[in-house]
Amino acid sequence: MPTDLDNMVKVFSRPKSLTDVRSTYCPGCQHGILTRIIGQTIDELEIAERTVIIAPVGCSVFAYLWYRCDAVQVAHGRASAVATGIKRADPKLIVLSYQGDGDFASIGTAESIHAANRGENITVIFVNNQVYGMTGGEMAPTSLVGQKTTTTPGGRDAALFGYPIRFSEMIAQLDAPVYVTRQALYDTKRIIDTTKAIKKAFTNQVEGKGYSLVEVLSTCPTNWHMKPVEASKHIADVVTKVYPLGDLVDRG
Amino acid sequence: MGEKVLMRGNEVIAEAAIRAGCQCYFAYPITPQAELLEHMAENMPRLGRTFVQAESELAAISMVYGAASVGVRTMTSSSSPGISLKQEGISYLAGSSLPAVIVNVVRGGPGLGDIAPSQCDYFQATKGGGHGDYHMIVLGPSTVPEAGTLTMLAFDLADKYRTPVMILADGMLGQMMEPVDLPDPVDITTLPKKEWATTGAKGRDPNIILSFDLDPEVLKQMNLELQRRYRKIERDEVRYEEAQTEDAQIVIAAYGTTARIAKTVLRMARDEGIKLGLFRPITLWPFPYEALKKLSQRVQTVLTVEMSAGQMWEDVRLAVAERADTPFYGEMGGVVPTPRGILNEVKKYAH
Amino acid sequence: MERSVVIAGFGGQGVILAGKILAQAAMDSGLAVTWLPSYGPEMRGGTANCTVVMAQESVGSPIVDEPTALIAMNLPSLDKFERTVASGGAIIVNSSLIDRDIEREDLAVTKLPLNDLGASVGNMRAINMIALGGYLKATGAVTLEVVKDAMAHMLEKGGKSKFIQLNVKALDAGYNAAQFRP
Repeated sequence: MPTDLDNMVKVFSRPKSLTDVRSTYCPGCQHGILTRIIGQTIDELEIAERTVIIAPVGCSVFAYLWYRCDAVQVAHGRASAVATGIKRADPKLIVLSYQGDGDFASIGTAESIHAANRGENITVIFVNNQVYGMTGGEMAPTSLVGQKTTTTPGGRDAALFGYPIRFSEMIAQLDAPVYVTRQALYDTKRIIDTTKAIKKAFTNQVEGKGYSLVEVLSTCPTNWHMKPVEASKHIADVVTKVYPLGDLVDRG
Repeated sequence: MGEKVLMRGNEVIAEAAIRAGCQCYFAYPITPQAELLEHMAENMPRLGRTFVQAESELAAISMVYGAASVGVRTMTSSSSPGISLKQEGISYLAGSSLPAVIVNVVRGGPGLGDIAPSQCDYFQATKGGGHGDYHMIVLGPSTVPEAGTLTMLAFDLADKYRTPVMILADGMLGQMMEPVDLPDPVDITTLPKKEWATTGAKGRDPNIILSFDLDPEVLKQMNLELQRRYRKIERDEVRYEEAQTEDAQIVIAAYGTTARIAKTVLRMARDEGIKLGLFRPITLWPFPYEALKKLSQRVQTVLTVEMSAGQMWEDVRLAVAERADTPFYGEMGGVVPTPRGILNEVKKYAH
Repeated sequence: MERSVVIAGFGGQGVILAGKILAQAAMDSGLAVTWLPSYGPEMRGGTANCTVVMAQESVGSPIVDEPTALIAMNLPSLDKFERTVASGGAIIVNSSLIDRDIEREDLAVTKLPLNDLGASVGNMRAINMIALGGYLKATGAVTLEVVKDAMAHMLEKGGKSKFIQLNVKALDAGYNAAQFRP
């Protein structure tokens, strides 16, 4: 039977809250998937006109380009503190603090923990790819033991550089956060799970419930020196053993 | 204007900020400016405004950066070691053209130093303490009432030029009490709207706050825009005071608390027949080079007096060049020069 | 004419508050005034002092080389500040705690047994007001009445109204025990 184009229904399109600017992420990087999920969520919740995106330092430094939303580019590690300032200045705004692992779990440790501990009514997305992507593949606080990076050429030696930090578990010990979860993007099910988690994290903020953190295990094929499919499999088989998936806190 | 009240310098700065319409204040406690936080902690929530005791000075200045992005009047305060931590955020504020007020109640340094009054952060404040080609407006109040009026002015200048503005006080000014006639509160609804602020992209294109561009040509243009603004500030915002300079042979160049102490020295010197005057920069950046240059043409000596090893002295010498002698007298480490100590120094140059 | 007074003693003797009340009274009397405390850890258990400078028009330096008066609540304060007082100035000493004579001969000395007087007004914490009363009599810097009002105003503001009567008594006790020594 010939296809009747006029009767076709568009069931999938670019979220309205995303711009046409081309991504600066490497091929196979999962920041792109995450960006789409965030755009879709902003569309669904109809919050684009009152959302402020915080673009951190790291691979997502250009995050201000992707969204049809106001955005603030901030200093390395300070995203959660800037988010605090924005949200306190105008609680009607929906604030997304989008942070990598170096930003959130190393140089911004104090800002990350204390924003969570104050229960700031913000949404934090913490992208854990176990490496410093932007600067050339150096060790992150989240790098696995034995992981080769440009600053651990012989593999991360725990005796010298410590262990992969389970930052979300630390945040989960606090009384204030309403939602802390770790998700991944290595297959369709995980992408659907992550989408649900991000929607919940934004909904919590819209409803004034308080601090939500979604940690997302993500790939860095470029600096891991893996093909994208191989990198996804690495997350599924290896990384999730160190960073188990699932909700850590859900008081929503 | 109401009736006079006796208040500490720190409290006056806090209260003036409130009256200037400061909506969000973020800070970390440090001596000798703790009363400033305490005044804000008590009064900001009562007025439905934001007070957050931050986890660090880094966080506090970053919160200021966030609040400034939204377009509200915002302030942080600290003392020397804490201001060092804030330099990152100040550089970002300057780079992103965000208005904010930063108060430094200076104490002795370097390192942990002490908690006594000092002026040893002049370089850091006026020459750009953080990274990059930037300046901020630096105001040096000399008395408690002036700390109030300059704090109000700081918010206006910050908004007018989209720049961080620093109040450079010192421990003595912060701790001492003096009668003040507090200025009337600003009606913030009458302030010009900040069209650039990230208040939500409703019915307009998104507003983006950033200090960043990887293209050197673009970043050069951003820098040139900052520099154009700095030239305008240098042209329009220089403030200074001259006292008894009409017939002066010797002029003390001093700012802040030191200038105030020097006012007593003027009286003592005049009693002894020494024609002494005072040149007091109020804006430390932009420094009143032209005014001091003019003055230096008709005096023999410009004696710089500071609570530092000679930081403003460099600007004084730039202004005076070879037109007059430019000796220096300074105290360090939190030692405050007394009127007699300064007078003895003046006498060395009185003939 | 500019008057200045250093009020010095142990932390806890109320020297900081006495200075504030005097400064408030000076302001209420229409004078220009500054109040400058010693501050920080120095005050925790150690000595404390403050300087009040009063003038008709405006106060220049809030720190003074030669104060026109000293209230020494203890011996270390006398030892530290006696030599600084301007010639012809006044010293109020707490003779309960200071048994040495004043070395300077060019000063008007008022000896007040503050601790004994404190016991007689019924509260040792009021000795700062006794000392201040003595200073007012000795120097005539501002009137006793305006100081009483300033004290009441400050205690009310601090939620300590119940101590007003005690402090009025203490100011009177110091004032009556001292001689006018211009």
